[in-house]
Amino acid sequence: MTTPMAVALEDATVAFRMADARVYTAVEQASLTVADGEFVAIVGPTGCGKSTLLNVAAGLLKPAAGHVRIFDKPLNGLNKDAGYLFQADALFPWKTAIDNVAIGLEIAGAPRALALERARGWLASVGLAAFANRYPHMLSGGQRKRVGLAQVLIRDPKILLMDEPFGPLDAQTRQIMGNLLLELWSADRKAVLFVTHDLEEAIALADRVVIMSAGPGARIIGDWRVPLPRPRDIFEARLDKEFHALHREIWSVLKSEVMKGYAQASQAQASQAAEVG
Amino acid sequence: MSRLGLLALQLLVAIVALALWQLFATVPMFGKVLLPPFFFSNPVDVFGQVLAWFASGVIWKHLAITLWESILAFVIGSVAGVMVGFWFARQPTVAAVFDPYVKMLNALPRVVLAPIFTLWLGLGVASKVALGVTLVFFIVFFNVYQGVKEVSRTVLDNGRMLGMSERQLMGHVYWPSALSWMFSSLHTSVGFAVVGAVVGEYLGSAAGLGYLIQQAEGVFDVAGVFAGMFVLSAFVILIDMGVTLVERRLLVWRPTAAVGRD
Repeated sequence: MTTPMAVALEDATVAFRMADARVYTAVEQASLTVADGEFVAIVGPTGCGKSTLLNVAAGLLKPAAGHVRIFDKPLNGLNKDAGYLFQADALFPWKTAIDNVAIGLEIAGAPRALALERARGWLASVGLAAFANRYPHMLSGGQRKRVGLAQVLIRDPKILLMDEPFGPLDAQTRQIMGNLLLELWSADRKAVLFVTHDLEEAIALADRVVIMSAGPGARIIGDWRVPLPRPRDIFEARLDKEFHALHREIWSVLKSEVMKGYAQASQAQASQAAEVG
Repeated sequence: MSRLGLLALQLLVAIVALALWQLFATVPMFGKVLLPPFFFSNPVDVFGQVLAWFASGVIWKHLAITLWESILAFVIGSVAGVMVGFWFARQPTVAAVFDPYVKMLNALPRVVLAPIFTLWLGLGVASKVALGVTLVFFIVFFNVYQGVKEVSRTVLDNGRMLGMSERQLMGHVYWPSALSWMFSSLHTSVGFAVVGAVVGEYLGSAAGLGYLIQQAEGVFDVAGVFAGMFVLSAFVILIDMGVTLVERRLLVWRPTAAVGRD
C-alpha cells in the first residue's frame, strides 16, 4: 500500500435545506485526493461550491453522502490536522497582530512568553516584524492576510486549506503573497488544498489543478498535473511555454462552465427581479 | 475653523444668552420687566447661589450622594445586563420564552416605578439605585445580547479551526465582542444611571442634586432651581468626559475610537 492520502473525499455530496424547505444540492459526488506534501488547487466558476468542498475537508460541514478521510481515518467533527485560511477577514479584531498569531499556541496550553516569542518569529517570516502591536484595522488587506497566514502556520498543521485567500487583494499584492506562500510551503511541504477562481494563479502555484463544473450539483470534471519545475517563482512561471499550453487546455474545458455559471447567475437575478416586480 | 476660534464663538453664545437674560430680568422696558424675577430669577442671583453652595460646602454632600447612587446603579445594572444578555444569547429557548416580558418591562416608563421602589426600599439611596438599575440594565442587556448574537461567522469558524473549545470561544470571541458592544453604549448607560438617581431623588429623598432642585422648587426659589440645574449639567458633562477617556482606552482596537480625529 502506498502512503495514505492527506485528504480523500469519496463521492461527497453536500446539500443545504433552504428557507422554503427545498433542498439545494451544492456539490454532487465529488471525489478528490490530496497526497501528503501535495499542492492542489480547485478552480471553478463563481458559486460552484468550491468553498463548500473546502468546508467539508475542514469538518465545518458534513456531507449528506460520501466519506471524508484524513490520513486514512474517517473525519469526525472538526479536522484537527488542518489549518484554514479564510476568504473573509477572520482575524480577531480586538487582538493585536502578535496576539492574533500567538493565540493558536496559547489555547493549546503553551506558556504566554513562549507563544509570543514564536509569534514574533512567524510575524518576521511573513515580513511584519515591525507591525506586531498593530490591531487588524490598522493593517492593509495584504498585511492582514500575512497575519492570517502566520496565525495558521504557527500551529504547524499537516494540511493547509485555503479559500480564495488572496481574492480581495490587488494583482501585485496577490503575486507577492503567492510567492510568500510558496516560499513558506517549500520549507516543510504540507498538503495544501487551495480554492481560487483564478486559473492562472492555480497553475502558477499548484502541483495539480482540479476543475469543478458550474453549480448546482457541481462535480469535478477535470484534473491536470502541472509540469512546471520547483522551486517556482510565479512571476516567471507565467512566462513559461508549458504554462501557456496548460492554461489553454484547461481553459477550453473551464470556459463553457464559466459561461454556464454566468447564465445561471443572471437567470437567478432575473427571476428574483420578476418576483419582486 | 481653528479650535480657538470655535471656542471663542461657543463662549460668545453663552455670554449673549446670559446677558439678554440678565437684561430682560432686571431692566424695565416699556414700563415693565419682561422676565419677572419671581418666575425667571436672573443669572447673577443664580451664580450667587451656586457660589454660596460651594463656599459653604453643602453642595459636596449632595454631589457625593448623587454620584454614589449613579455609580451603584451603573455597576449593578451593567453586571446584571451582561449576565442576562449572555445567558439569553447562548440559550435561544430561554430568550424566546422571556421575550414578551422583556419587551413589556422595557416599554414601561420607569418613572412610574419610583413610588413602588420608595415604598419597598425607603427614602434612602437604595430606591434611587433601583430606579437607575432598571434603566441601565436594559441598555446593557440589549447591547450584550446583540454583541454575542452578531459575532462574525468567519471569526467563530476561525476560532474553532484554531482549536478553541467552547469555553475558549467564550473568552476569546463572544466575551470581547459583547463587551465592545457594551462599551459602545457606555455614554447612554452612564447617562441613564444619573437620570435614575436624580429622578428618584426628585420624587422623594433627603439628599442629592434632585433633592436640592425639588426643595428650591417647593419654596418657589427659582434661583435655587436654576442653580441646581446648572450644577447638574456640569456634573453630567464631567462624567461624560470621564467616560470618553475610558472608552478611548478600552476600544483602541476599533477603527473609530483608535484614531484621535475630532
